[in-house]
Amino acid sequence: MTEYLIKNGFVFDPVLGIKGDVADIAIKDGVVVETNAVKNPKIIDAAGKTVMAGGVDVHAHVAGPKVNIGRNFRPEDKLFNTRPGRGIERMQGGFSVPTTIRTGYNYARMGYTTVMEAAMPPLYARHTHEEMRDTPIIDQGAFPVFGNNWFVLEYLKNNEIENAAAYISWLLRATKGYAVKVVNPGGTEAWAWGLNCENIHDPVPYFDITPAQIVKGLIEANEYLGLPHSMHIHANNLGNPGNYTTTLDTFKLSEGVRPKSRFGRDQVMHHTHVQFHSYGGDSWANVESKADKIMDYVNSHDNITIDLGQVTLDETTTMTADGPFEHHLTALNHLKWANADVELETGSGVVPYIYSPNIKVCAIQWCIGLELALLAKDPMRVFMTTDHPNAGPFIRYPRIMKWLMSQEAREQQIDAFKHKDKVVAATHLAGIDRELDLYEIAQMTRAGPAKALGLGEMCGGLAPGLAADVAVFDFNPNGPYAPDDIEKAFSNAEHLFKTGVQIINDHDIVSNGNKRTLWVNARVNENPQVMRDVKEKFLRYYTVTLNNYEVSGHHYVPNPYVIEVDATQ
Amino acid sequence: METVTLTITNQPGLFLEADCISPDAFAGKKREEIVDLPVYIGREVHRLGDFFEVSGQAGATAAETKVVVNGDLSRVKYIGMKMTAGEVVVNGNADMYVGAWMQGGRITVNGNVDAFAGTGMKGGEIVINGNAGNYLGSAYRGDWRGMAGGKIVVKGDAGSDLGTFMNGGEIVVGGNVDVHVGTHAEGGKIIIKGDAKSRLGGQMVEGEIYVFGNIDVMMPGFAYREDVDLEVDGTKGRFALYEGDLGERHRKRKGQMIYGKLYQLVRP
Repeated sequence: MTEYLIKNGFVFDPVLGIKGDVADIAIKDGVVVETNAVKNPKIIDAAGKTVMAGGVDVHAHVAGPKVNIGRNFRPEDKLFNTRPGRGIERMQGGFSVPTTIRTGYNYARMGYTTVMEAAMPPLYARHTHEEMRDTPIIDQGAFPVFGNNWFVLEYLKNNEIENAAAYISWLLRATKGYAVKVVNPGGTEAWAWGLNCENIHDPVPYFDITPAQIVKGLIEANEYLGLPHSMHIHANNLGNPGNYTTTLDTFKLSEGVRPKSRFGRDQVMHHTHVQFHSYGGDSWANVESKADKIMDYVNSHDNITIDLGQVTLDETTTMTADGPFEHHLTALNHLKWANADVELETGSGVVPYIYSPNIKVCAIQWCIGLELALLAKDPMRVFMTTDHPNAGPFIRYPRIMKWLMSQEAREQQIDAFKHKDKVVAATHLAGIDRELDLYEIAQMTRAGPAKALGLGEMCGGLAPGLAADVAVFDFNPNGPYAPDDIEKAFSNAEHLFKTGVQIINDHDIVSNGNKRTLWVNARVNENPQVMRDVKEKFLRYYTVTLNNYEVSGHHYVPNPYVIEVDATQ
Repeated sequence: METVTLTITNQPGLFLEADCISPDAFAGKKREEIVDLPVYIGREVHRLGDFFEVSGQAGATAAETKVVVNGDLSRVKYIGMKMTAGEVVVNGNADMYVGAWMQGGRITVNGNVDAFAGTGMKGGEIVINGNAGNYLGSAYRGDWRGMAGGKIVVKGDAGSDLGTFMNGGEIVVGGNVDVHVGTHAEGGKIIIKGDAKSRLGGQMVEGEIYVFGNIDVMMPGFAYREDVDLEVDGTKGRFALYEGDLGERHRKRKGQMIYGKLYQLVRP
């Protein structure tokens, strides 16, 4: 493989602790190496530019059946927004629900190299993997959803942690999944009965188990297995005024639990898109930010990580396994709605949404997301996301960087809100003058999420031995710049390397990369009871047989990267 | 006002996408520049001059530019798309998307148009002296933002799915229409001087539909309210007023529920 030496860039790397010093980064055989280990490298002149590890997205909806429902029922998302194939680039289209091809290219253009698909319905794992396979360049893993799964509900109701763990182990292998995802625990199953679980003690109909039991049980099972990532939760009561108490109650379920994992993470709970879970008030008329209360808790509890779910003020497509929430949303905005039930496992809904700066609630949501990041004491535990595409498309990450790095940019946006005074009164943002630097941004977008995913030994930094995922941006952090220069530079990487392969050269995509699918093979002792339960449920309830369920073979996962976990005892 | 005249000399083997045929694209350009404007057949890019003989000259602005297009344009799409001002006259039949997303100015078609004329139209006027195809003045596929303003007048008949997701503006059809009229409409006015078939106002939230002739099948979601005397587009008479779609959500204004209104002429 070609060797590279990226010379004289301003390097920001939390793994090495480099905060913008000029340094050289060497690449050989797919990994970062000491600069004296390369013999005849191709030189990349990065003088006056910013060098960072490839970005790591901990939570985005980029592949699978509900993303595809979004694509299918929103042809207008592609209207006047397609690009024919040209050179190495294939045909691309779409904005909030882009094609798989555009997804890969747009992440690469922002310097991202690892992206986690945040909700994979196990029954449709094959579809999810086919889409990930067709997404070029970026490494991807997918989180199967467990929080409304009949096996899980039954095992946890009886407090059978070992059985729940054995089932998780089996399902991760069957679906080639990466982590334990929980969406509105119990609530989506309740939705099949026309109900919901609005707080952590609201019992699930028929199964007679509470969301609190589900969450605690899955944290325990996750640590029993010692998986790379922690339990990853979208809590109950998303998007409702006053829901911050449910969020705090959910956080507290992790108290006293420490990680038992050899993968270097410190958290036992990752709570996703917390912006949607930080609302005070009791109606849309008096909704207000409780980001301060949320961050007080997060800052003082180091076994929790969160991501933002930052609203970007765009027209987008909301999609979640939280079926009842999407029904609630279509009743609010009267736009089209798709709903799906996934047999014994989960459900989902899809609704387009316009976050308008002229609507007070949307502006408050925008403030809350930024407050979460700006009130964070430890940027290694608070990650930048838009819950793509729910709060906005991922291509807005550089714009969020601009808002986080520049009080001037935030003030400009606040001044542009139609209900500015009411928005300022309901939020804390106008009183926060913190401006993040690129080191903190690298913590929130690279080192932090990589560590939380248990991938700290593989990516998210520039230490020798880590995968050579390296981005060079045409941005001089020491020079004078306008806020918009941040967005412009980080939207359009000048160079990008992914596991040592040059993907972008001089802003042009020059390779479709060597995309890998990450999955976790967690081995447990033989568990005849769980295997019997699996066989019986497939025989009695599933519409497919086991042979048409499991993800295996080159067709679905042509380039796997398997993380082995030994939980046998 | 200056006039640019296009005459089709070379019929495309497939279909030509020519959204550049508009006063906005021509304004301020010399004849040679207009000849060079891009048109598309699938992913192939061609020049406007490969298919049209171009004469005359454009004005400095769209408002000062008139475009006359002559010949059989039944394989030419997007004439007058997104135009904001000026005038387009089409002497012949045109293909799909005439005046789509139009914001101002005037288009006259002395012939028939195919589907999607006036899609997502916001303003201006389209006069079709022949017949119109399906989806006249509707929303783009999947979109909920249909015709919002302006006026479309069709002298002949119109096809199915007229005014889908219509939010404002006016459509007048001199002849008959096919099924699905004003589906999902939340505003606007549709006048049908001939006969209508069925499914008028399905899931209609707000807006008005007038039918002078017969309606084959009335939607079950519409209820008869009363007879009213009206003058509609120059025709005086007694109309039966139906309100609906009763299965759809409706706004309240001053305590009164606002329904979609369907008027049928019962006695001229």
